[in-house]
Amino acid sequence: MTARRWAAVAAAALLATAGCAGGENDAAGGGASPGSGGARGSGPVTVLAAASLTESFTAIGTRFEQLNPALDVTFSFGGSSGLAQQIVSGAPADVFAAASPATMRTVTDAGDAVGAPVTFARNQLVIAVAKGNPRGLTSLSALAGPGVKVALCAEPVPCGAAASKALDAAGVRLTPVTLEQDVRAALAKVKLGEVDAALVYRTDAGAAAADVDGVEFPESAGAVNDYPIVALRDAPNPAGAAAFVAFVRTPEAQQILADAGFRQP
Amino acid sequence: MLAALRLSLLTATLATAACLLLGVPLAWMLARVPFRGRRLVRALVTVPLVLPPVVGGVALLLVFGRRGLVGGWLDATFGFSLPFTTAGVVVAEAFVAMPFLVISVEGALRGADARYEEAAATLGASRWTAFRRVTLPLIGPGVAAGAVLCWARALGEFGATITFAGNFPGRTQTMPLAVYLALEQDLDAAIVLSLLLLVVSVAILAGLRDRWLGAT
Repeated sequence: MTARRWAAVAAAALLATAGCAGGENDAAGGGASPGSGGARGSGPVTVLAAASLTESFTAIGTRFEQLNPALDVTFSFGGSSGLAQQIVSGAPADVFAAASPATMRTVTDAGDAVGAPVTFARNQLVIAVAKGNPRGLTSLSALAGPGVKVALCAEPVPCGAAASKALDAAGVRLTPVTLEQDVRAALAKVKLGEVDAALVYRTDAGAAAADVDGVEFPESAGAVNDYPIVALRDAPNPAGAAAFVAFVRTPEAQQILADAGFRQP
Repeated sequence: MLAALRLSLLTATLATAACLLLGVPLAWMLARVPFRGRRLVRALVTVPLVLPPVVGGVALLLVFGRRGLVGGWLDATFGFSLPFTTAGVVVAEAFVAMPFLVISVEGALRGADARYEEAAATLGASRWTAFRRVTLPLIGPGVAAGAVLCWARALGEFGATITFAGNFPGRTQTMPLAVYLALEQDLDAAIVLSLLLLVVSVAILAGLRDRWLGAT
């Protein structure tokens, strides 16, 4: 009887762990829909883009679809480093827009890009605080004060690299309570009130202006992020990829980016 | 990276201990005490199984976060908050892993004959003595199996942990979180970490299994 019970338990354990692992891979991996190829300049275009581009690229994508009714843009937003790793591992995608040249280099070094990436926008950091700045945090050094809870991005993610650059420039040493996997996750912790401040891009603070205030600080000028975009070698829809990359550099798309708070390259 | 492994083993073990403390009495209640709303309680107990772990993490934030229902009071009264602490990791893991224990133990209790307990009571054993000396040995294998499942689930916990407890090396970065972030930077490191976690957990599970099989 015990042997049978153990067999049942082992089977249940296998099922349970297999099920859980699968589910979390799905959650973490993001859902890029594979393109089916198709005719020249038509069909789906899959764009993997940095989390900080969520609002502006969604707007650009809508406009792009209006101008090119045959094309259908699908976005997958996430931390640039994670997206770069997905591309290198063979995720079916047409275009990659990263928040830093370093994460883009992962893709170009692996030979997964077509041509050289083009910088299409610039961004810099602000201190995101709760609406009205209840703790009066106005500088980087204030973040190192006692009892101030700070969320940063993890070092591999562009906003994390920029944050440590800015903190170094200011000579501020602080211990964050958490290192988040992308800039939006760090921002969410401010919105939820779980942390007092986070270093995010000014565009992210702008997109969440209803809940957070963005405090500018001088050291951010030394940690400006360039956003490169590139069409991918294994793109299921190369014509659509080229069309989207070209569209992002048009004055119309640049205006959408500028409205969101991005600077021109 | 060893810090992440140590933290994972520590928090999974503490979470299992917490689940045993809360889960065994809960399972006993569900199996032995008829009360109104028992079905509802049983459904609530299984909710974390159905819920995506990230959603569980958000739910925990809404209850135990700094502005949460209970968390706000904790923060105001004791200046203590759970998110971003190792205790927060334990809470997240226990939340997700508890159903595995409760369901196993309840099943074992239903399989165990309640008349043994009644016989013990007629012989003058108090309820606690009967539970300790008669019921627990009867359902031992069920409790052990539930605890193993619970531990395994807690060890692999990702979604609720990163949402509720965040990610900071040595404090809240468990092995699955370390693997996920290593994956973004260095695929080989992520593979090594994954294999390490696999080997350690299989070794521990195999070791425990043999010991319990020998004992029962």
